[in-house]
Amino acid sequence: MPSVRFRLNGVELEIDADPDRSLLDILRGHLGMTGPHFGCGAGECGACNVIVGDRAISACDTPLWSVADKDVTTIEGLGTSEQPHPLQRAFIAEQALQCGYCVSGILMSAAALLRRNPSPISREVKEALDRNLCRCGSHNRMVRAVLRAAEEMAAE
Amino acid sequence: MNQPAPAPSAPTLPVSLAANPKLSSWLKFSSSGEVTVSPGKVEIGQGIVTALAQIAADELDIDLARVQMIRASTAVSPNEGVTSGSLSIQQSGRALRHACAEIRQIFLRQAAERLGVGIDTLHIEDGIISGPGNLRTSYWELADEVSLDRDATPGVTPKIATSRTLAGHSVQRIDIPDKVLGRPRFIHDRALAGMLHGRVLRPEHARAQLRELNEDGARAVAGLVAIVRDGSFAGVVSETEHGAEVALNALRKGATWSDGELLPDENDLASFLKAQPSESTVIGKKTAASSGTVARTIRRQYTRPYLAHASIAPSCAMAQWDGDRVHVWTHSQGVYLLRADLALVLNLPVENITVEHLEGAGCYGHNAADDVALDAVLLAKSAGGRPVRAQWSRQGEMSDAPFGAAMAIEIEVDLDARGEIIDWRHSIWSNGHAARPGRAAQPALLAAFELENPFPRMVSTNPPQANGGGGDRNSVPLYDFPSWHIESHRLTTMPIRTSALRTLGGQGNVFAIESILDEIAAERGEDPVAFRLRHLRDERAKDVIRAVAARAGWKPEKLPGIGHGIGFGRYKNTGAYCAAIAEIESAEEISVRKLTLAVDVGEAINPDGVINQIEGGAIQATSWALKERVRFDRERITSTSWTEYPILRFSEVPDVKVEIIQRPDMDPVGAGEAAHGPVTAAIANAVFDALGVRVRDLPITRDRIIAAMDLS
Repeated sequence: MPSVRFRLNGVELEIDADPDRSLLDILRGHLGMTGPHFGCGAGECGACNVIVGDRAISACDTPLWSVADKDVTTIEGLGTSEQPHPLQRAFIAEQALQCGYCVSGILMSAAALLRRNPSPISREVKEALDRNLCRCGSHNRMVRAVLRAAEEMAAE
Repeated sequence: MNQPAPAPSAPTLPVSLAANPKLSSWLKFSSSGEVTVSPGKVEIGQGIVTALAQIAADELDIDLARVQMIRASTAVSPNEGVTSGSLSIQQSGRALRHACAEIRQIFLRQAAERLGVGIDTLHIEDGIISGPGNLRTSYWELADEVSLDRDATPGVTPKIATSRTLAGHSVQRIDIPDKVLGRPRFIHDRALAGMLHGRVLRPEHARAQLRELNEDGARAVAGLVAIVRDGSFAGVVSETEHGAEVALNALRKGATWSDGELLPDENDLASFLKAQPSESTVIGKKTAASSGTVARTIRRQYTRPYLAHASIAPSCAMAQWDGDRVHVWTHSQGVYLLRADLALVLNLPVENITVEHLEGAGCYGHNAADDVALDAVLLAKSAGGRPVRAQWSRQGEMSDAPFGAAMAIEIEVDLDARGEIIDWRHSIWSNGHAARPGRAAQPALLAAFELENPFPRMVSTNPPQANGGGGDRNSVPLYDFPSWHIESHRLTTMPIRTSALRTLGGQGNVFAIESILDEIAAERGEDPVAFRLRHLRDERAKDVIRAVAARAGWKPEKLPGIGHGIGFGRYKNTGAYCAAIAEIESAEEISVRKLTLAVDVGEAINPDGVINQIEGGAIQATSWALKERVRFDRERITSTSWTEYPILRFSEVPDVKVEIIQRPDMDPVGAGEAAHGPVTAAIANAVFDALGVRVRDLPITRDRIIAAMDLS
């Protein structure tokens, strides 16, 4: 079995698996990491989004080989209970979800946006989240939360 | 038998408490300072668990953080039926409030006895019961000597509204931190020891039968544990999820199916619905004291397509057998109802089945949650006592789960010479809007129809009007017209599987009623807000309309390409009042720029939670109104992905403003379904305001607008 090396949430990993398997399958199935969620398996909903390099991508249609030697960040690497990421704090403050199944992917899209653009305007947030689907209709709260996090990060 | 009827004023228990009177089944106190609350309703993304915790903490005078909410399970929870119909606050909330008020009194009596003081001298703060001087005890100290193994008694008076410190105030939902921190909270993220993975094979063509199954390819897949087949039900069990997916694909290649059954013509739903055999019911009839002279009759037809639940997560369940007992983990809306259907299919006593709730993704009605639970149970039979986790595919979720029923609605209005309404006739053709598990002698679960000895396919029915009705929900006008006749035709054939989706028929009926009213007002040259107010007697109804009109600055200045419209409804005619004003922009497609809503849910327990539900409902309704339509050809459902079943995206979402009319003295009602009808109608009316064309077939797409322009 060939192996693929990459950094997951800052930790070097070597995975022995078919390199054509999806990154999501490796994260959830192989590594038991359940933050990224399966939604469609076709890169259409964003529930499984992770950050590779500085871009949010859907892990379900990303083959393992393509992340070789790259940095992968999942929701588990974004913040912790003790030290939540400003985005996570803002999502709690704004109560920016209903069911929350889409949220881990949305947080990763938002985190990637804030890395590229630390002070986005509302339209830019919506554009950055446009490939993420939310079925409960919590979009506006999420946009507010991202703007709030950006402000908070700028003040730090 | 010949018992005297209770006096009319005799107090009664709230319905859920009457059904589950044992106080200890609702609450337990620990000596370490915690209260566990065990409702029969479940979290489906609506925040109910937090609102119920607020009610309990408030009535008991304890800090919210002391409340531990227990997930519903047939092993421990009161049976509260199904979490649906925006009834959880009404049913579970009232039961809990009553139970907590009574329990509070029980503790106070015990404390008074122990401290040797009068009950009226006692005061509770965060569970500490204090009396005159330094006398004090607490729930926690008394927990072991107070037995709650007794039945609730009617007539207990909960706190008056002004004494509540938590209910009526916004608090943070207790489930949100886990979800934002990516901690495993969803059923999809739970792993049981020794868990296997299962997948079920389903035909692409509607209701095709599995003729032959070559298992060789699937057998060769690494990690395969079992191939399960029972008639047309077939599936795989594997050591890994990946292995299950690969084996399923191999099994699919080896499957030979019969032809399926013919589906209707998706481009002529109204003709299809009206041509089917149906059962007709008169829903409402009002006769005028004196009838005016009919000068003119207008007749309009409205349609709504089949709608998918389209939850972001595919449905998932786990099951584990131990001899002839089975334990099921599910995101079903009704653990007892699912258990009843499982018992029918498995031919087991209900005592042998435990059904436990775990949270799933947002649930908007009867989706595939129950179906996948039976899938997991059937697959787990071949797992040698190991738990099996079954999960549907996106495609399955979009094609095999029940849909919200398509509707054709015809309204005929007689007008007098002055254009005033003198008679109103409303007819509905639709499949039933409910085929939930646990309510019939036959199971409602998909796999049950596929077995070698299949159960008959359930044809959806409608709940009675007393429970809000189904296809006829919200069809009786809230307006004070002189006379009306409302009739519902429920189809007795069902080529496309339908069941409960948010609002049942409410969205379609409110869309139709509010559209034709708008048309009549416009023809009279009367302002649509004034027209509605003039025909309403209910002050709460008028208040939400006045509030939304004031908030939106009705009527905003007319600008090219921009339109404004209003819609109003009271959910089920007995629940939450909601009025909506939409501002739309007409360009290549219609976009909704802004929605303003006013809502009256009686006492809003968690006001921010209510706003969240109304916002969410308004945005989902915008998605339904502008984009959504289950697609099919004559053989199969074709809208099986997000590309073919698009929903509203971030860039398309309107700004939403919600105003709550707080009524602390009124019974609280649910908010989850109040916005859909009014918002749909407001958008359609705004389209008319912008373009001068009435679109009467949902969704309101560019093609539909062009078609409507051609007609007019």
